[in-house]
Amino acid sequence: MMRMSRTAVIGLPILIALPFVVHQLFGGSEKYYLHLLIQILIWSFIYTGWSLMGRFGLTSLGHGAFTGIGAYVTVLLWNYAGLTPWLGIPAAILIAVIVALLVGYPCFHMRITGHYFALLTLALTEFVRLCIVGLRDYTGGSLGTQPRRYGDGLSLYAMQFEPDRVLSYYIALALWLVGLYVWWRVDRSMDRYALDAAGQDEEAAASVGINVTREKLKITAISAAMCALGGAIYAQYQMYIVPDTIAGLGVSLNIVFACIAGGLWVMLGPTVGAVFTQVLSEVLRVTVQGSPMLQALFGSAALALDTLIYGLLLILFIIYMPKGILGTLLDKREKASNQPPPPSRVVLR
Amino acid sequence: MDCQLDIFFLEAVLNGLLLAGLLALLALGLNLIFGVIDVVWICYAELVMIGMYGIFYVHKAGAPLIVAALFGVLLVALAGAILHQLVIRPVLDSAPINQLLVTGGVLFVLQAAATMAFGIDFRNLGIRFGSFTFADMSFSYSRIITFGVALAAMLVLWLFLSRTYVGIAIRAIAQDRQIMPLMGVDQRRIYLITSAIGGGLAGLAAALMVLQYDIYPQIGLQFGPLIFMICVLGGLGSLIGGFIAAFIISEFIAVGGSCFATEWGYAIAFLFFMVVIFIRPQGLFGGRS
Repeated sequence: MMRMSRTAVIGLPILIALPFVVHQLFGGSEKYYLHLLIQILIWSFIYTGWSLMGRFGLTSLGHGAFTGIGAYVTVLLWNYAGLTPWLGIPAAILIAVIVALLVGYPCFHMRITGHYFALLTLALTEFVRLCIVGLRDYTGGSLGTQPRRYGDGLSLYAMQFEPDRVLSYYIALALWLVGLYVWWRVDRSMDRYALDAAGQDEEAAASVGINVTREKLKITAISAAMCALGGAIYAQYQMYIVPDTIAGLGVSLNIVFACIAGGLWVMLGPTVGAVFTQVLSEVLRVTVQGSPMLQALFGSAALALDTLIYGLLLILFIIYMPKGILGTLLDKREKASNQPPPPSRVVLR
Repeated sequence: MDCQLDIFFLEAVLNGLLLAGLLALLALGLNLIFGVIDVVWICYAELVMIGMYGIFYVHKAGAPLIVAALFGVLLVALAGAILHQLVIRPVLDSAPINQLLVTGGVLFVLQAAATMAFGIDFRNLGIRFGSFTFADMSFSYSRIITFGVALAAMLVLWLFLSRTYVGIAIRAIAQDRQIMPLMGVDQRRIYLITSAIGGGLAGLAAALMVLQYDIYPQIGLQFGPLIFMICVLGGLGSLIGGFIAAFIISEFIAVGGSCFATEWGYAIAFLFFMVVIFIRPQGLFGGRS
């Protein structure tokens, strides 16, 4: 715990000062770099939300549904009912949590785990995506939709802040800190031990008096709420949502993979995963655009290069580094300082 | 909504039956692999996509369609064996969900590789078999061919599994992974053969799909979730269950699609699937391990 607060004492001022550093270093293109940082922070928050469940062996492929619900409900309520996102976002979160509980309760009650849980939640994601596409008169279908702009696009009432990148950055930063705080609270709670036990052996956990279904439902509700909030903020910042980027199987898989790449069992793991994946795809994009050879070889299809490398890395990560980047680094440091190893975690189930 | 019990309704029902043949074939390969190796290939539909591109280019290069189809089957069978050897082998002993996710990585790789190699354009063979009309209902010949070939392939697989030594060994491994190696069955060889057969079935499905569908890198995302849903609904690993589930799901899609819009047919099918799984988590015909 000491080390955690030391990291915070050093890290937080740096993060708060970052927009000014970016302004000094990259005066001309500061908007671009801030955009990258904001993306990383918002997705880190969503990934952290997923990892709350994922770390206990509840591998959900359904969180693409929750980010989608968060984004679309907020935007639709604003566009068609004129409801401010200050009320729209809570409504979206409420709907996401209700959906999560409706799907979660039978799942946990019937003890659906492993493959079955993953594939069932995958069906939920597809269902929500199909509903969004099917309601194309309101949602714009697979072409996407925009929240109606309010005034000059900078408004507290409409929760629109996209033109001011520095403000957006601080909003994303605050969101991310909230995510870490939730993770930390869960990590220190008794529920965490109950869920750890249930993740390893459900029958044994139940036999010592843990209400496995209730514990799982609690964490599912928190996790779904965070993903819905993240999706809503993403929509408010991007001012444009498409099923491909915020709802659907692709989003679900991205969430899972970024968490595994970063490290599922450490607080900053999902954040490291977000930094890693976003920076990787940006670097590759810039490389491809800057290289006439690659462009000539593949044309615009060269943009798929990042997905290709990303996929290859993920295969390698799962085979050789299941603890992820940060998890492995922390392990190494632990070994180097010759401390007794922490109680070993079971493999991801 | 216009959902009357008229001739259009009957046409939708019959077209649903024809679709079911293809979906049952797709589910069969995935179920076989799961039943024997205990691994779900999330990238199964992407293997089909690779097969479709293979067939497309071989046919464009001048090979007759039947040769191209044969090439497609062999290509995907090889791809299945390679997938098993390089990706599944190293994670055979780790947690089931890791095995599922590692093939998800393969999904990204195959999709991106196809985008880079073939571009994002929709392609099709441009072969039209035409259709025939019966009592005011029209059915395309390519659908009927698909249905017939899919059923024949399932019959051949069933004969193989019940009549040949290797087939019986495969079923034996599926029943007891610990004991069979002691009985002199080479587990690794059986796994490899099963992966190749699973891939071959995907290749055959690809050969049938090029007759009906456009080819594009994302086609796997359209069929993948559907195949998983059918397998889970029938009971993962249950070949018969997958077969019956394919018919149930494709009726939902065809009838729902004709009554409302296409997406709603799919959406209703997914909703039905979730409800059934809540009542019977092991699927309609699955024994639960």
